[in-house]
Amino acid sequence: MKPLIKKLTETFSPSGYENAIREVIMDEIKDFADEIKIDALGNLIARKGSGGKKIMLAAHMDEIGIMVNHVDKNGFARFASLGGVFPQTLVGSRVRFMNGTPGVIGAHYLKRPIKLIWNKDMFIDIGATSPKNSPVQIGDVAAFDRPFVDLGDRIIGKSMDDRIGVAVLIETLRKLKDTPHEVYFVFTTQEEVGVRGAITSAYGVNPDIGIAIDVTGADDIPEMDTKTIFLGKGPTFKFKDAGSIGDPRLIKHFIKVAEKDKIPYQREVANMGGTDARAIQLTHAGVPVMTLSIPCRYVHSPSEMVDYKDVQNTVKLLVKLLEKNIEI
Amino acid sequence: MKTDFLKSLISTSGLSGFEAPVTELIQKKWDPLTDELSLSPLGSLHGIKRGSGKSHSLMIATHQDAIGLIISQIDGEFLHISNLGGIDIRVLPGQAVNVHADSGVLPGIICQPPAHLLPEDAATGAVALKHLLVDVGLSARQVARKIKIGDTISFATEPIEMSGGLLAGHSLDNRASVAALTLCLEELQSRQHVWDVQAIATAQEEVGAQGARTSAFALRPDLAIVVDVTFAKGPGASGWETFKLDSGPTIGWGATNHPFLHEEFKKLAEKLEMPFSVEILPSYSGTDGDDIQITAEGIPTIVISIPIRYMHTPVEVIATKDIQRTARLLTEFIVMLEDDFLEKIVWED
Amino acid sequence: MLKIQNPQIKLLEKLTNAVALPGDEGAIRKIIRAEVGDIADELKIDAMGNLLITKHGKGKNRLKVMLAAHMDEVGFMLVDDEKDGIYSFETLGGIDTRQLVGKPVWVGKEKVEGVIGAAPIHLLDAEARNGKASLKSLKIDVGVGKPKVKVGDRATFATKFLRMGNSIRAKALDDRLGVAILIELLKNAPENIDLLAAFTVQEELGLRGAKIAAHAFNPDLALAVDSTPAYDMPMHDGSENIHYNTKLGEGPAIYTLDGRTLSDPRIIRWLSETGDEKKIPYQYRQPGGGGTDAGSIHLSRAGIPTGSVSVPGRYAHTAMGLCRIKDWENTLNLLHEALCRVSPKILEKNR
Repeated sequence: MKPLIKKLTETFSPSGYENAIREVIMDEIKDFADEIKIDALGNLIARKGSGGKKIMLAAHMDEIGIMVNHVDKNGFARFASLGGVFPQTLVGSRVRFMNGTPGVIGAHYLKRPIKLIWNKDMFIDIGATSPKNSPVQIGDVAAFDRPFVDLGDRIIGKSMDDRIGVAVLIETLRKLKDTPHEVYFVFTTQEEVGVRGAITSAYGVNPDIGIAIDVTGADDIPEMDTKTIFLGKGPTFKFKDAGSIGDPRLIKHFIKVAEKDKIPYQREVANMGGTDARAIQLTHAGVPVMTLSIPCRYVHSPSEMVDYKDVQNTVKLLVKLLEKNIEI
Repeated sequence: MKTDFLKSLISTSGLSGFEAPVTELIQKKWDPLTDELSLSPLGSLHGIKRGSGKSHSLMIATHQDAIGLIISQIDGEFLHISNLGGIDIRVLPGQAVNVHADSGVLPGIICQPPAHLLPEDAATGAVALKHLLVDVGLSARQVARKIKIGDTISFATEPIEMSGGLLAGHSLDNRASVAALTLCLEELQSRQHVWDVQAIATAQEEVGAQGARTSAFALRPDLAIVVDVTFAKGPGASGWETFKLDSGPTIGWGATNHPFLHEEFKKLAEKLEMPFSVEILPSYSGTDGDDIQITAEGIPTIVISIPIRYMHTPVEVIATKDIQRTARLLTEFIVMLEDDFLEKIVWED
Repeated sequence: MLKIQNPQIKLLEKLTNAVALPGDEGAIRKIIRAEVGDIADELKIDAMGNLLITKHGKGKNRLKVMLAAHMDEVGFMLVDDEKDGIYSFETLGGIDTRQLVGKPVWVGKEKVEGVIGAAPIHLLDAEARNGKASLKSLKIDVGVGKPKVKVGDRATFATKFLRMGNSIRAKALDDRLGVAILIELLKNAPENIDLLAAFTVQEELGLRGAKIAAHAFNPDLALAVDSTPAYDMPMHDGSENIHYNTKLGEGPAIYTLDGRTLSDPRIIRWLSETGDEKKIPYQYRQPGGGGTDAGSIHLSRAGIPTGSVSVPGRYAHTAMGLCRIKDWENTLNLLHEALCRVSPKILEKNR
């Protein structure tokens, strides 16, 4: 899966501008799905199997990024954020625009060295000297520019959130030979700006069960108050986060499957964050949902790290789960 | 008022997202009172009582979930906690709680570690949730065997009958309204009504009205009444947002409330010579009503509330008389609905 | 090209002088019905008071295009009677309380005259003089013996429409400009589409009316028509103003990104190409926060391709806003020309 993960994380597709990543995914799945659709918000919806319980698996294909909101008289591009872009991660970061233009994020960090500089006070230097010779203008979008790195078990990339979930879905679709269910592999858009793609795709699919596959922040690093989520100890089953409460019956079923097949997992109760599960849960008459998360360090920075074993275990778990009946 | 059912309602767990125990209790009670009973995928209880008319339907939504806690981490003998719904951290230290483990219910105490064990900034003021712990009196080994991350914790305060027909306890928000709706269903057994009544005990109101939104979408009632609790006058609460205990239900006014329904309820209460107040809710109601109103193509909605003191503490106080009055108001409204009621709803421009 | 002339200006005067707050938009509904009730093919008022008007086109393959403009404006609700004509109040919609002191207001459907006063500066200590007046300290005073005012009544700024040369000064230009534009488009409806006009309620409380309007219309394509702030004043230190949002006089503002919506790129392209070809000036609203009814509409059902176009206006959400008549006219024409040329082709390629 590593070449696939490299390809996915090195593609540029911030929220609302998911064409590029959608084409990559389409190429990977077209021979394995029974039917593929794209909806009004650009969600890619692939079905496998028919007739049984409708199960929606959602992994979002967008990533955080920026949009230019002004090119100033000296050619520096000012920007608004697409999704939760933390200022601490920006100074010196490189970005790449959809038209290929590279740029570096600058800020006056020597003026008041110990102060946090906010996004609105930063700018992108794209080598221009005036609005006239700027290769970008208002409305152009960019994402972080970082190559994929393979450290063996641990792998690093930009947009592991949530291209790693995308990779898991692609791999699960390929490995799933037979299922009694009608499974919808949904690669959602605009998750980072408020789970918007999942709202409309869930409405279209109208599933019986929803599972969001996303990353969750691992706190097994120095200087953290808590130590609850660890890299390498398996995917997490989320009881709650700020967006939704996992259906206790569904979580119980996941635990049963994981324990039977000796797949490691972690139990997670989170105070912050939210995933596509929230949107799926609220569609139509309501849907039992759960978030299946891959532990990830440095979430929403240009270098996100996950453990490859967790990724493989997540695929294994999903395949086992989908091969059999689900009674909740 | 006979308070047995209400007391069992507030003595049963049913936290947001984990409503099953209280749902079961309500289900048993409503089973003989309704024609159809079912559960929504999110755990809202739908009780349908058929009317004699041409399939117009009125939804009455009361949320059954209560705020509470959930275990986020286990540290030897101690449990770290996270909130389910809007918990007031000031009321937590020293509270008796029940931990709901797979093996059964374990009693516990919420403990506030002494100041010298906390960071400096936590020495004064309310101690943050992340520093509070739950102690169940078991050894670390027993805790590891019996308790897991994701187990829920509810308040264990027992119902308290106070003089003057007042009742105190936790989860009166909003089990009091469930009790009022139940009383209404009982009264309807001997009354004729034209409209279908959808009695709903909604799930997950305290975490974003998830149950109400989805139930309203599934059932598409023609009208909706939301019954919830509001602020009673009492210590520290005396402004325009507050109402006297035992002064009847409140009738909502503001963007969530359809002005025609508001007027109808006012007229009805006056006709019944029942005390009531108008509750000014300028922009939102903060109840299931805000979401039910904007469901699908829109549903005319009204919010009726029962005043309680000390909202979101384990010692909420209510006048049981107000529950009876609310039930009566609901019953009489239902009975009043004729086949042509919808046609009467027009916007006065 | 369509023109903004005396009749249109008179209508905007009527619209901006009317009082329509979230939850009670009747006064505007009434004006709209009088204007276009006769030419509507279908007219419906829904559960929350949205006015939904359909104007059918002719021919095959007509796109169902929804246009939304909100009828409500920001203002107040009286919440407590403090006797002798003094009422405490809450704001409806986003208002900076520093804009309130010393403003005349209209209360209730009858437009009872009142004022928002404040303690005389002479009686304040130094700290209070320079501080921000809290909402709790501000009251609406309607004078004594006014039986027509009661708790629960809504109120707004008592600002009368004024034409100032090429500009207009009025309250509630957000979004009576949009309402005026939709009325004009209904009167000049293109025949290649079904025009679904939603005059929405409760936008200022969080795009609430548009949610159910979009569900009911279920259009192929949608545009919110609103008025967006122009912060095109100079910076305090003379440096370049990089947070102007929009600029007055530079034409309609096309949205790319706001707090609630990432506009459909196909719609941004369609509107821009229309402007380029028809030589109608336009600007891109600076990507950033805020939101229009598009935020609700694009998430309706299985998703609706949606964008927003606004007339730039200064001093929105205060007692008096200011806009240029030319921007209004260019917005009307950009929309009209865009609608006249739209076909299902626009949605052939995926977003």
